[in-house]
Amino acid sequence: MATAAIESHDPHAGAHPATSTGLNNTKIAIWAFIGSECFFFASLISTYLIYKGRSLVGPFPHEAWTDPSTHQVFKAILNIPITSVSTFVLLMSSLAMVLAHSAVVRGDRKSSKIWLASTALLGATFLGFQAYEFTSFVHEGLTIHTNLFGSSFFILTGFHGAHVTAGVIWLLTLLFIDIKRGLTPDEAINVDVCALYWHFVDVVWIAIFTLVYLIK
Amino acid sequence: MAADHSHSSVSHDAHGDAAAHEHTHPDWGTYKWVALILTLITALEVWIYYLPSFTATRLFVPTLLALSAIKFAIVVMFYMHLKYDAKLFRALFIGPLLIASFIIVGLLFLFNHIKIQF
Amino acid sequence: MATTVSLPPTPYTATTHKYESGLWSWLSTTDHKRVGQLYLYTSLFWFLVGGLEAGMIRTQLYGPNGHFVSATTYNELFTMHGTTMIFLVIMPLSAAFFNFLIPLQIGARDVAFPRLNAFSYWVFLFGGLFINASWFFHAAPNAGWFGYAPLTTRPYSPGLNIDFWVIGLQILGISSLAAGFNFITTIINMRAPGMHFMRMPVFTWMAFITQFLIVLAFPIITVALTFLMLDRFFGTNFYEVSAGADPLLWQHLFWLFGHPEVYILILPAFGLVSEVIPVFSRKPLFGYPVMIYSGILIAFLGFGVWAHHMFAVGMGPIADSFFSITTMLIAIPTGVKIFNWLGTMWGGSLRFTTAMKFAIGLVALFTIGGISGVMHASPPSDLQQTDSYFIVAHFHYVLFGGSMMGLFAGLYFFYPKITGRLMGEKAGSWHFWLTAIGMNLTFFPMHFLGLHGMPRRISTYDAGQGWEQDNHLASYGAILIVIGTCFFVYNWFRSMKTGKVAGNDPWGGATLEWMIPSPPPDYNFATIPNVTSRYPLWDRKSPRLTAEVPHGSAAETKIDVEVAGQKTGTLPAPSDTTGNAASPQPVTSSAKQLGIVMPTPTIRPLLAALSLGSVFIGLIMHKNLPIMFLAAICFMLSLYSWLLTPLEPEHH
Repeated sequence: MATAAIESHDPHAGAHPATSTGLNNTKIAIWAFIGSECFFFASLISTYLIYKGRSLVGPFPHEAWTDPSTHQVFKAILNIPITSVSTFVLLMSSLAMVLAHSAVVRGDRKSSKIWLASTALLGATFLGFQAYEFTSFVHEGLTIHTNLFGSSFFILTGFHGAHVTAGVIWLLTLLFIDIKRGLTPDEAINVDVCALYWHFVDVVWIAIFTLVYLIK
Repeated sequence: MAADHSHSSVSHDAHGDAAAHEHTHPDWGTYKWVALILTLITALEVWIYYLPSFTATRLFVPTLLALSAIKFAIVVMFYMHLKYDAKLFRALFIGPLLIASFIIVGLLFLFNHIKIQF
Repeated sequence: MATTVSLPPTPYTATTHKYESGLWSWLSTTDHKRVGQLYLYTSLFWFLVGGLEAGMIRTQLYGPNGHFVSATTYNELFTMHGTTMIFLVIMPLSAAFFNFLIPLQIGARDVAFPRLNAFSYWVFLFGGLFINASWFFHAAPNAGWFGYAPLTTRPYSPGLNIDFWVIGLQILGISSLAAGFNFITTIINMRAPGMHFMRMPVFTWMAFITQFLIVLAFPIITVALTFLMLDRFFGTNFYEVSAGADPLLWQHLFWLFGHPEVYILILPAFGLVSEVIPVFSRKPLFGYPVMIYSGILIAFLGFGVWAHHMFAVGMGPIADSFFSITTMLIAIPTGVKIFNWLGTMWGGSLRFTTAMKFAIGLVALFTIGGISGVMHASPPSDLQQTDSYFIVAHFHYVLFGGSMMGLFAGLYFFYPKITGRLMGEKAGSWHFWLTAIGMNLTFFPMHFLGLHGMPRRISTYDAGQGWEQDNHLASYGAILIVIGTCFFVYNWFRSMKTGKVAGNDPWGGATLEWMIPSPPPDYNFATIPNVTSRYPLWDRKSPRLTAEVPHGSAAETKIDVEVAGQKTGTLPAPSDTTGNAASPQPVTSSAKQLGIVMPTPTIRPLLAALSLGSVFIGLIMHKNLPIMFLAAICFMLSLYSWLLTPLEPEHH
């Protein structure tokens, strides 16, 4: 009897450990976390939108601005072509993520490593684009101190970037485990949970891309 | 051991649908199409951004919002497999999402970004 | 099964099971009952500190032109009194009950993430110490518990005071959020077989709703506090009016959090009272489903009323009407709860134990606070009352008369389950009457003070404005509360040694926690119970009481629950229909003897909490980047070491 109890208690015993609902604990927790994150980003996005068009000085996101005292001209600061590319990169990382998950489910060790690595790489590429964007904005005269747009833009996209960074670290950890000892199909739930987080970060970007970059 | 066995079989019946759903995840074919649609919608969004005749109209903002809502929904349904997963997850996500959206709209109204005309 | 007839009361023997003791066992514990007790004692300590602050406030305001403390200190006192009572007393005291009770009430052996649970506590402890460390730097927070920006931005509050406040609240938020995800998962996923949602005890239900409020409301305050932190430390413009910022942004974000927070404070107390009243009325809770639905409705509406705290800022008639109406709507589900408690007591055989007295205290006093709340739901009245002592009276009736009374009811009710002994009824009665009379004497006159124009948060007032008498009364009342609290503290510690031994079920309780020994063994249930109704113990001991409550049979084919890994093979056979829900739990062997695998104690959550806290220490030390960086690395390391260690001992 005791052995049976121990076996069923082992978290690695099966892909679907027995719980009240038959669902995985961590997966419920991550969905609750995602629900909570909705409020986090809703607050950040609300602030961005509330302060939209209220900055007293430029540079502005969508229109040029001439400094009345120095007559220096600042062009509209958002770089839509570059950001469209980085948006595409992040969307593709989501594709790589689902492929990584399904490879782990199938027990396909080779593909799982490739796709986990690609997801992390695409995420890192997105971060690279963001780093480029931030530095070029600073060169063009927009910092978190400049105006309301600068504060709310950098903090909103910065927090999103921080989430991507955490996701990349998470992915690299999974990749490391996969390389070291291989992720078994039983552990697919761990990849699934990471994937849910990753896709959520992606959908947040879908909202930010439209609300911040495209709507003038 | 008998009790143990009967119990797990009972639980299997009860959770059959949750477990079955996990195994009917969409495959490579679906993922490929989803990625293609997402890319096309993104391209469309950027394209209309560069159409001065369209950006000037009152349709511009609603169109963009609708397009991004579609992208949002597609990722959530297929990549986050909410379409195939247990209903509980749907509740955990959509409930907060709706309240959060109402709050954004409410705040924009309170800060006079949205106005009601009488 | 050993037996299905009613069992003799289990004799209490101190040697039935032994907890490991010693400091290390507490630092490394993952047992939800121990974490609950850590929460309990920490929050009771802060209750005394917050009470001391209140006592000093009442001393200062006893008569006109008081000079007991300076105006500066007075600002610190009322800010810290509010912050302490809300974030360090009522919330964690509720958390103590969440921790201790939820697994017991749903028939689980622990929470879903035991180590995360320990982490939540350590972060909470650290946050409380952090905020209060400000006293030693002569820089206690001083801008009111809702810290309105721009007042709290660097130009207007240059000192460390607000730094302590903003960072401290941020830390406490992390603790609440982590606990929230944990309890949501626990309640959804760790229920015993047959414990359907509509069979869960009402306390667990209210706790469940509260967790959703926590995980949805705290991100908003996190963002608002982050903006403030960035403004203060890194020079952003979120609350910088000279850069065009809107001074209402903080208020909106704060109250978007703040109003759900109000329900985070009261719903657990409602839950506790809903456990106490049925037991001491010997009747099932009147209108159980309506009780649940009204709790959900309160929580849902709680997100749509925030701006009623801001009627005075001039939002315009549409917004004012909207928030006024939603606020009044909330009175309906709340009123439903009040009437259901009355309905439960109606015709019951009442036993006026101390717990019951406090529970009735909540029903009566919360109603008064609720009604004054409906008064300022109406913007014209609110404009008269806002920022006056009327508001102070209102929220002390709901928070002290409501939350604290409910929590005291819970403390007296569950003390035997926690300690194994009953609390003295006589001292308890003194505690109740002194507190109830003192509370009314303190806060009722404040209604009149408010209507006579006395504003909140003034450190002194001139003579001759007609405020002296009511202030005298309020301060006398505070003395009574202090004496009552002394009775409580005395009773608490004395009963620990000399209290009557409780046994499993001293009150004739109805829910699962009363079927196991007091205090419970570390694994709670030797056999996971199979639940067939809302009142499993009454089904067995006094079936007459639950005749009209819906029942499933133990043989029902659809058992939709099963607890993680707890198929110990001793589950009651499905054919056993004679109330197996409350089949006797063996007294008591260790988890090892029973073959129950419990989580390994670990220090890692504490290390993670410490290093996370150190990041914030680095921040307040003028952005000391090396410390912050080092602490962040330590945090990552302890997190990895935690996550890569299995929860339970390995078996081969």
